[in-house]
This record gives sequence, structure tokens and C-alpha cells, in this order.
Amino acid sequence: MLLYVFRRLLTAIPTLFVIVTLAFFLIRVAPGGPFNQERGLSPEVKANLEAQFGLGDPLWLQYWHYLQNLLHGNFGPSYNLPDFTVGELFAKGLPISIQLGASALTLALLIGSTLGIIAALNQNKAADYAVIATATAGSTIPTFVIAPIIQLLFGLTWKLLPIGGWGDGALINKIGPVLTLALPQIAIVARLMRGSMIESLRSHHIRTARALGLSDWSIVVKHALRGALLPIVSYAGPAAAALLTGSIIVETIFAIPGVGRYFVDAALNRDYTLVMGTVVVIAIFTILFNLIVDILYAVVDPRVRYD
Amino acid sequence: MTEIAAVAPAPIVGRSFWGDAWARLKSNKASMVSLYYLIFMAIICVFGPFFVPHQYTTIYPDYVRTPPSFSAYPKPEMIETALRDTVKRMRVDVEEWHQEGEQVYVTVTSSKEVDERNTRYIDRSDTFDNAKVESKSPDGLKMVLSATVKQQYFLFGTDNTGRDLLSRTLMGGRVSLAIGLLAGVVAVAIGVVYGATAGFAGGKIDEVMMRIVDVLYSLPFIFFVIMLVVFFGRNFVLMFLAVGAVLWLDMARIVRGQALSIRRQEYVQAAEALGVTRRGILQRHIVPNLLGVVVIYMTLLVPQVIILESFLSFLGLGVQEPMTSWGVLISAGAKNIGTANWLLLFPAFFLVSTLFALNFVGDGLRDALDPKDR
Repeated sequence: MLLYVFRRLLTAIPTLFVIVTLAFFLIRVAPGGPFNQERGLSPEVKANLEAQFGLGDPLWLQYWHYLQNLLHGNFGPSYNLPDFTVGELFAKGLPISIQLGASALTLALLIGSTLGIIAALNQNKAADYAVIATATAGSTIPTFVIAPIIQLLFGLTWKLLPIGGWGDGALINKIGPVLTLALPQIAIVARLMRGSMIESLRSHHIRTARALGLSDWSIVVKHALRGALLPIVSYAGPAAAALLTGSIIVETIFAIPGVGRYFVDAALNRDYTLVMGTVVVIAIFTILFNLIVDILYAVVDPRVRYD
Repeated sequence: MTEIAAVAPAPIVGRSFWGDAWARLKSNKASMVSLYYLIFMAIICVFGPFFVPHQYTTIYPDYVRTPPSFSAYPKPEMIETALRDTVKRMRVDVEEWHQEGEQVYVTVTSSKEVDERNTRYIDRSDTFDNAKVESKSPDGLKMVLSATVKQQYFLFGTDNTGRDLLSRTLMGGRVSLAIGLLAGVVAVAIGVVYGATAGFAGGKIDEVMMRIVDVLYSLPFIFFVIMLVVFFGRNFVLMFLAVGAVLWLDMARIVRGQALSIRRQEYVQAAEALGVTRRGILQRHIVPNLLGVVVIYMTLLVPQVIILESFLSFLGLGVQEPMTSWGVLISAGAKNIGTANWLLLFPAFFLVSTLFALNFVGDGLRDALDPKDR
């Protein structure tokens, strides 16, 4: 198993390299540059700035420098937020995004799975239809509608939650964003769990367990759940990577100082280093969580072996 | 004897694939209601703006952030403020005013002679019309003016700059639906051609074509979209052609898989053995079987594109003012929930209900067209 993890981590290096290379040249091909602002800088100032950041060098040389810096763990300075390095920006924003994402994911897995199991056990009864309706609603209504409606109801009408802001991480400030992030995930997890649970309950070993007279509780929790978990695990991996690296919409609407907005802002301002930093961080998270998913497969399903 | 002959069984008419699917769709209530709802939504968005008395770009400075109402504006309590504001622009003082039905009469005074041409200020306002000079004092320092109150309806209220939200929501629907269809059709067209080519060509060509799809898949989708925005700027038609050109990947995979599996079906082999031409097999067996999948996928793709467009517009990267879309409107609404929640609620209701309807139609079509599920 350890050997497998090690091998997977080794193969991640070329993958990362390809992603970094593609992203580097793609963003450079785009017209404009970090110092082409609307009001425009005088050509001398612009030339000086570009020289300072090495933007005047030939592209391949810049690429080479960037790779070298990256290998030393140096993401470079941000062009549009000149007081910060990209590393500092992530050190500040990433913990916030991770906190929100992780809470939302935990919530989604717990509530979603429970709802899915309830629906599966009551197939084609009222409870099932209620769960399906909720799941449809949750996965159809876009986040940018849910978020302001939560603000409107809980923040303005009932005055239970603050409308936005991070408030130095106070619990009450996290409820709105976490809820918004979790709702669509709850819907998807509930749907997946319902489907796979129904299938799992039909399998032979469950029939045997029933015939042996095991209690409903132990059949569902000990035997059926295990088989039903696989689709959830494979969904949760990429979902976790996406959630933990911050949501643009949620962070914008609730005014959360996470990393979700960096990608869009940086790409639009041609803040090359920040774009690259975001791409690298997202790629690392994705690779990492795909690996975790594969390891969890072996844990959940003993038929899967990596020896 | 003759009676028996008379009830000879009518020849059995086979139901076509589409006839059958339609019959099954018709029996699905949620889908049919959704289908009618979508048709209704398309009609009101396309033709509605012609019947709303306001242009979606017209700004009514007197009616900024007016709440939605079924009764006509101005409300009785609004007339005085509007009148005083208007008269102030004439640089005269109001001595007295009163209202008789639709008409308002105002007596104005000034230290200088009042210019009659100044009544145009009253006509220019959104609240009054037909300004006339009723009487004038001999020294010209005092004047009685009359004007009619303009009755206007703002069923959905108005936005931050005083534009009618009903006409803007309908225009936004036009744009959102059109973009959804446009990008959907582009994605489906590219996906079907690409996937079918790969599926039928097979071998090396298939291998290479599908590896290209895999590579495109591995880039983060949002990165792709933002790069497109960066390249195409804010020209939304071009951009959505491009978005359509990104969304074809799933379609290509599905169509390729389908084409591969249909080609190996026994009925296709049987048709080949019977000497049916390649063209005949394509027409009779492969295209109809592919169409089901394509239609289902298309109904799933349209809401995806609409959400994507709204998402981009929400970030300020999509449709640009004064043009509008549901995403633009929701984004503006989200910024004003404290003072004007109707700006969020109406467009959000339109968007969400349309997405729901598309979803139900998609589910219904999937059930109706799935050949395994008879």
C-alpha cells in the first residue's frame, strides 16, 4: 500500500508539470499584460515594472525561471497586489476557504447520506418523494440564487445571521456560507446514496443477512452501507478538491476573504503569478484527493487491492 | 355469417419510435406541465417585451427602486414630491397646488417674470404630461399651470436606475434562453460529429481523437471559460459559441460510446447480412438510436449553459449593460437585497422555474426514449 501511494505521488509530478506548462503558456498567449491598466502607465514606468519582474525576458527564459522558483516553493510576487507574494496570499486565504469547504463537505456527507438512506429504505413512499423533491430542488437552484436568498431570509428578515463578512472566523459568520456551499452537495450526495443503497439492498449478501435474521439496523449500517459507499467516495474526492479551494460565488456574496476570487480576478488582470499559483494549488488538491479516493476504495471495498 | 366478416380485425398499425416516445411522454404529467411551462416562458420572453409599455432601457428618474404593484403609479402620496421636484427645476416657488381627478393645478410664483416655455420641464418629468398655462397674473410673476398625471404600471417594480423590471426580466429571459439554445446546439453539433466520426472510424483515429478529448477534460473547466473570456473579450455571442465549443466533450464521449455499441448490435449485423446498404443501416438503425441520447443530453445541456451564462454574468464577465440576462439581473438583485428584494426575487423565480421545467422535461424524455425501459 505504501509503495502504491509512493508510486502515485511520483506519477503526480509529470502531471503537475504538464498542467503548469499548459497554464503558463495559455495565460501568456492571452492579449494584454499585468500593467495594461485602463488609465495606462507611462511607457517608462511600464518598462521599469516589466524589467523588475523579468517580463521583458524571452518567454522560454521566464518559463525556466518560473519552474526553478516553483521547485523552491516560491510562487513569486503578485503583480496586482504588489505588497504580497502569491505564497502569502494563499497562506492567508487558503485556511479560510478550507475551513468553509471542509465544514460544508462534512455536513453534505452526513446529511446527504442520511437522507439518501432514509429514501432508499422507504422507496416509493412519502419520505422517498420528499427526499427526491429536496434533492431536485437543491441541485437545480444555482448557488448564486441560494446565497442571496439565505442572506435575505436569515440575515435581513429574521436577523439570525450576519449578512456577510468573515468576522475573524466567528461561528455565526460561517453558517450562511457553509449552508450555501453544502446545500447542492447534500442534494447530490442524497441522490447518489439513494441509488446505490437501493442497489446494495438488493444484493445477495443482504438477502442472506435478512435470512439469518439480523436486525434492520445492523443490515443497513454494517452490511449494506459499505457496499453503497463506493459511489459517494468517488464523488466526494473531486468535490472536496473543488470545495476546499474556495467558491468564487459564495466568497463574493458573503464577502469572505478566501482564495475563491483569486482565479477570476487574477486571470482578468493578467496577474500571471497569481493565476499560476491558483492553477498549481487546484491541481495539487485534485491530485491529492484523487489519491485519497483510491486509497479509500481499498478501505471500503476489500476486493480492491493495490499490491 | 356476414356479421363476422364485418368485424375482421383492423390491420395493426405499428407505432414508430417517436410516436411511442411521445405517447409515453404525454402520460408523464410533470414533464407535460413543464413542457407547456417552457413553451409559455419562451412565448412571453420572445413576444412579451412588445406588449410591455416600457422599453427595457428606458430610465424613469422619478421611479427609482419602485416596489412592484398592480395599481398604477404615481401613488397619491407621491404626486406632491414629484410635483415639487419638477417645479423646482423651473426655478419658481409653489404657492398652492391641488388635484382634480387626473389633472393637477399648481400656482407658482417667482421674483422674476415666469417664462411660459418653462412648462416643458413638467412635460419632461415621468409623472406629468400635457402641461398648460391656465392663467397668468398681469405682472407675470404668478402663474397657474395644469398638467395631467401620467398613469404608469410597474408590475415588477423598477431597478436602481429606474428601469422597468418586467421588461428587463423578459428581455433577460430572451437572452438567457437564446444563449442556452445557441451554445447547446453548438455543443451538440460538434459533439455528435466528433463522437460519431471517432466511433465509426474506430482503430487509430478513434484512439487519437479520444485522447484529445481526455486532455481537454483534464484542464479545470473554469480556467477554460475564463481563458475564453480573456480571448474573446465581452462579446457574448462569440463567447457562447466558444462555451458551446467547450461543452461538447461529454456529448462526444456519449455519442462515440453509443455508436460503438450500436454498430456491434445483432440487429445491425442482421441488417448487414440481409444486404442492407451502409446508408440504410445508418438511417434506419443508427441515427434513430443515437437521436434519443442526443435529445436527452440536449435538454440537460441547455440548463447547464443557462447556469453558466448566469454565473459569468454574475461575475460581470457575461452580458454587458444595458443588455441584460437573468444572471445580470440576479447579480444586481443580490447587491440590493436590503433595499429592494424584488430585484432578486422576480428574476430568480424566472430562472429557477425554467431550470426546474427543463429538468423535468429532460427526465421525462429520458424515461420516454430509453429503449431498455419498455
